[in-house]
Amino acid sequence: MGTLDRTKSKTRLSNSTLLFIIAGVIFLLMYGIALLTFPVSFRQFQTFFDFFNLNAALFIVTLGMCVVMIGGGIDISVGAVCGLVTMACAMLLQSGAGNIWGAFFLALGIGLAFGLMHGVLIAYLEIQPFIITLAGMFLAQGLLTTLHKEPLNVTNPAFVALRRYTIEIPWLGSVNRLGVFIPCEIKPSVIVVVLLVVLYAVMMKWSRFGRNLYAVGGNRQSARMLGINVKRTIFLSYVLCGLTAGLSGFIFLLTTGAGNIGNGSLYEMKAIAANVMGGIMLNGGVGNLLGAPIGTLTLLTINELIRAAGVQSNLQAIVSGLLLYLFIVLQSIIVSLRSSERFKLALPLWLKPHR
Amino acid sequence: MLKLRQQFERMHQLVLPFSVLVVLLIINLIKGADYFKITLINGVLYGNIPNILFGASELVILSIGMTLVTAAARGQDISIGESGAISSAIFVQYVLRSGNVTIWTILAGLMISCAAGLVIGAFNGTLVSFFNVQPMVATLILFLGGRSIAFIIDGKVSPILANPISNQIGTVIPGVPIQTPIILTAVFIVIVAVILRTTNLRLYVEAVGVNPSAARLNGINPKKVIFLTFLIMGVCSAVAGFIAVNKAGRHDSVNLLKFIMMDAILAVALGGNSLAGGKFSITGSILGAYTIEVLNRTLLRLEVNPEAIKAFKAVFIIILMIIASPVVRDSGRRILDKLKASIAGPAARQRSGLPQAAAPFTDRTVQKEE
Repeated sequence: MGTLDRTKSKTRLSNSTLLFIIAGVIFLLMYGIALLTFPVSFRQFQTFFDFFNLNAALFIVTLGMCVVMIGGGIDISVGAVCGLVTMACAMLLQSGAGNIWGAFFLALGIGLAFGLMHGVLIAYLEIQPFIITLAGMFLAQGLLTTLHKEPLNVTNPAFVALRRYTIEIPWLGSVNRLGVFIPCEIKPSVIVVVLLVVLYAVMMKWSRFGRNLYAVGGNRQSARMLGINVKRTIFLSYVLCGLTAGLSGFIFLLTTGAGNIGNGSLYEMKAIAANVMGGIMLNGGVGNLLGAPIGTLTLLTINELIRAAGVQSNLQAIVSGLLLYLFIVLQSIIVSLRSSERFKLALPLWLKPHR
Repeated sequence: MLKLRQQFERMHQLVLPFSVLVVLLIINLIKGADYFKITLINGVLYGNIPNILFGASELVILSIGMTLVTAAARGQDISIGESGAISSAIFVQYVLRSGNVTIWTILAGLMISCAAGLVIGAFNGTLVSFFNVQPMVATLILFLGGRSIAFIIDGKVSPILANPISNQIGTVIPGVPIQTPIILTAVFIVIVAVILRTTNLRLYVEAVGVNPSAARLNGINPKKVIFLTFLIMGVCSAVAGFIAVNKAGRHDSVNLLKFIMMDAILAVALGGNSLAGGKFSITGSILGAYTIEVLNRTLLRLEVNPEAIKAFKAVFIIILMIIASPVVRDSGRRILDKLKASIAGPAARQRSGLPQAAAPFTDRTVQKEE
């Protein structure tokens, strides 16, 4: 049995899995450092859950961006669309005409509209994705400033109730100084994030669309030879990304409770950085979807770590840039060593992805 | 003969940016007939055209560098605004530290900031060429951290650059009828043109952009060429930062050249260049950069609500890219051919003696060869 297993475990890892494992190790490393340096705050489970509670929208945006990046494209309009959706939903809720469901469908509708526009122009008219999504970003920003310029607080009672609603986890928590047990709290948006991650992971792994997308991202020409409808696959990826961006706007509003011009700004860059940390390459065709949340967690841990260290705000950006630099170099060295056959890594049996 | 044909192909690429520019100018003329009016105030030319040339000077310089990077590295540098901010911060510090400001101080400062630009370019270039990182990801690092570096170099919020020579560089030199940034831009364009004419840079960059492995087999080292384009990009952003900081008269590390990479990439695309690398036309990019400036000013002139300017710009870009897209162009050509055939078709076919049924077939093969 031993010999059989050894031969089996020598099957080559795919680049996606390798990068995903690196991303996971880096995240564990960063969180370990955080635990060692600031044990008081990071040992509480609530700190971990707060990453999700406060940044649910970023997680969702990153998922959509990941789908597009695996398909070999890019969508830099996600941040602006997210901001536009928050403002539009806030206005709808404030006008008194709409309820929560109305706002929810408005969010999805705006996202879908942008996704459809990008998809048609990029897939069927073969225009460069960067320029079209740049135009989409300008459009969303322009619409946002025309809609409303001042911050808009949502005071709709039903919405505020949903916003305040928290789910307590009774068996997890921490004891404060007075000896009172405080259970961990999660927001409903966290459940949305988890559901979406599971849904997208299943879709990318087992659905026909997901597999087609990997093929198209890897090599468009050979995907066409295989009989894959390349244009429709790319089109769907952008529609999906737009929808996710719209949903993230709604979740953003649920987190902050106000429509603002600055909402979701630079989310596109953060999402790209998170995806890169999660082992998803901009070239397309490489990356595990679960890398997107892992990368976002790494990014957030780093930011939290730097903030906890009390570094001056200007140094924060530099330090996070430097860490990003290290990760990128590390990834590229490992991938290039691997392609030159000097670096071989076989997974232990229990970690091996089933085929 | 071959050279002539190549030139014709290059000219063909310029049709799009040029026609857009003409359309925008016509719109401006309809709005007010005195658009081209140039007045002489205190011995300096002012008017819409000089203003456009003045306003677009940094963008033109940056779009030149961006064209080269795009062509060779098959990706875009998104840290150009930040690298401009860093190198101009160094320039400002050098000028402020040296007590007596002469023209030589300014020149030395420019040289030092160019050296800083080279270092930044080398940083990005190393990542892209030797570590095989995608350009956008590699330059994302400086995009996120660059402005903080510029702020730390500054040491405080927006140091003021108040000396007569800087002021003259930012506005006009007495006795010269044209604003100085326009002259500097023209000089830069001439230098780039001379370099492209006298060296093999264009050939190397295009070869690497079209197919890196084929270029390597032909004895061109793609890594070196990509690295070189990033160095050039660094110098371009240093010069652009120099002009911008002299124009503003102070160094605002947060807002100097903010989000200019979007406009620069747009200029490259408007110039008919592929963002996926390969053949490039710097003339097209320069025209594209001026087109963007004209577009911004036209929207202001048409009294568009300032909040909605970005949305209008987006719609304009989308329409433009649809017209320029290969699919639309092909189908347009097909429709045009059909129209031509249906107008002159039957008579011509009878004259040439071809059977009518065979004619569509031959048409299609000709199209495929194109």
